[in-house]
Amino acid sequence: MKKENNTDVFVFIEQREGQIQMVSLELLGKARQLADMLNQKVIAVLAGFHIHEHAPSLIHCGADHVLVADAPELEHYTTEPYAQTLARVIEVYKPSILLIGATTIGRDLGPRLSARCHTGLTADCTRLDIGDDGHLLMTRPAFGGNLMATIVCRAHYPQMATVRPGVMRRCDHDENRVGNIEHITIPFDHSKFGVRLIKTVKQSKGKIDITQARILISGGRGVGSAEGFEKLTELAKVLKAEVSASRALVDAGITDHNRQVGQTGKTVRPDLYLACGISGAIQHLAGMEESDFIVAINKDKGAPIFQVADVGIVGDVNRIIPLLTERMKR
Amino acid sequence: MKIVVCIKQVPDTTEIKINPVTGTLIRDGVPSIMNPDDKGGLELALELKEKYNAHITVITMGPPQADTILREAMAMGADRAILLTDKRFAGADTLATSHALAGALRKLDFDLLITGRQAIDGDTAQVGPQIAEHLGLPQVTYLCDLSFDGKRTFTLTREIEEGYQLLEAEAPCLVTVLASARNPRYMRVRGIVEAYSREVETWGFDQIEVNEEYLGLKGSPTQVKKAFAKDMKAPGSVYEAEPEEAVGIIISKLKEKFII
Repeated sequence: MKKENNTDVFVFIEQREGQIQMVSLELLGKARQLADMLNQKVIAVLAGFHIHEHAPSLIHCGADHVLVADAPELEHYTTEPYAQTLARVIEVYKPSILLIGATTIGRDLGPRLSARCHTGLTADCTRLDIGDDGHLLMTRPAFGGNLMATIVCRAHYPQMATVRPGVMRRCDHDENRVGNIEHITIPFDHSKFGVRLIKTVKQSKGKIDITQARILISGGRGVGSAEGFEKLTELAKVLKAEVSASRALVDAGITDHNRQVGQTGKTVRPDLYLACGISGAIQHLAGMEESDFIVAINKDKGAPIFQVADVGIVGDVNRIIPLLTERMKR
Repeated sequence: MKIVVCIKQVPDTTEIKINPVTGTLIRDGVPSIMNPDDKGGLELALELKEKYNAHITVITMGPPQADTILREAMAMGADRAILLTDKRFAGADTLATSHALAGALRKLDFDLLITGRQAIDGDTAQVGPQIAEHLGLPQVTYLCDLSFDGKRTFTLTREIEEGYQLLEAEAPCLVTVLASARNPRYMRVRGIVEAYSREVETWGFDQIEVNEEYLGLKGSPTQVKKAFAKDMKAPGSVYEAEPEEAVGIIISKLKEKFII
């Protein structure tokens, strides 16, 4: 779309089974900062069925205005009903910016919507900022995390970006914040829906979410074996932490893909990232270097992980971790 | 059944190194490969070919040397190969790329259109859904499995964060496939020999059906403002210590930072 007085920062609020996803609150936090820089409003777009009760909490988390599309067609995500909803919002409200979580939902919806509205979309941004000319600066890793690129979308609206879970910070929940809630009706064209959802099957692997962990004990090739990884799990129990891993351990079948940190896994920024036997390939660093505090244990003192670690220990992880677990139990 | 698979030639990003002095990518000697998710998609198509006698067309947009992956696809069992190449496509972002591909796909007949979920050089996962939108096709992304009833209906398994979804769609539709969906087969020796004697069709702007304004650099809503190597933060302290001492260091640092 070409510009027609487009204004305000919109956030697509993702819900699954009526639960607002954390990434959407993180995006509201970022949207708040961007909107304040632009002197504009934050508009949350909440789509689902029987979900209006969540609208006030979106205001508490940074929104000035909540658009609620409540319809049975939106109970479970499928592409077309959601694309019609967001396309309608874009047409009527003319956002300047639209932020979407880079989840399996957002990465399905975002490109469909960008094509429908003929505008640009930048995937998996790790930084969002406002340029001197008031445009959104969207920075993302390219070439497997080897390079960063800042992308702009100057002549088309809305400026759209997806952001992975765990990358942005949500703002503090403040019940004193006030805003408006507006219900909208979407004139659905059912003939275009095309895809029918038969069922959603949850697997136990989906229960943990390493992007929300405060402390991550992360294992790499140096951990060596399933027994070595078990030692990390014991430490994690003592520290009330989660375990995660580099690609090496996932490829070796020692742990699941949903615990993988890095370019092809998840982006994490816990308070503490304890990297155990991880050498620190650039693809791995891309997923964890924003962590608040990084401790790395590795045998090889030349390992790149020491370049990003706040504290580096050159030593044998399989001897240090059990000792650390013992000391922490006391 | 007719299947079209969109494939892309990419640099093997796991082989890319950064020049530590200049901070630029060292691309020399980095091998070019068929994008892994696309190859998983091609394997899925080849299985359908075996079961339902499907005809497979592979198409790629890129420079003339992208011919290599089309021949690889033919050696694996694809029936027809199209190289989409034209100066007018150059400098395209994902949206302009999707318009060029959609322009070519309008000239082809298919029941199933397959792309990879994403390419390892960009990781955007955008071109597949954008093509689906231009062509008005239903889409299912993150596909890890698929079955066909032999008539019009596909049952599709889509991988999501908490497990998977089972979906249903009628032909024609578009799916974006994960590399993990299928282990690609190796090229057949006879296939390799044949692949180099067979024709790869070259299509340009004149062979496709698209508005020229949507193509290339001028059809791209997004532009790269700047590209840069990541600035690494200042390294912390590194200790070479015996395990007992190392544990002491870790614990005191974590206490200092109020983590424990």
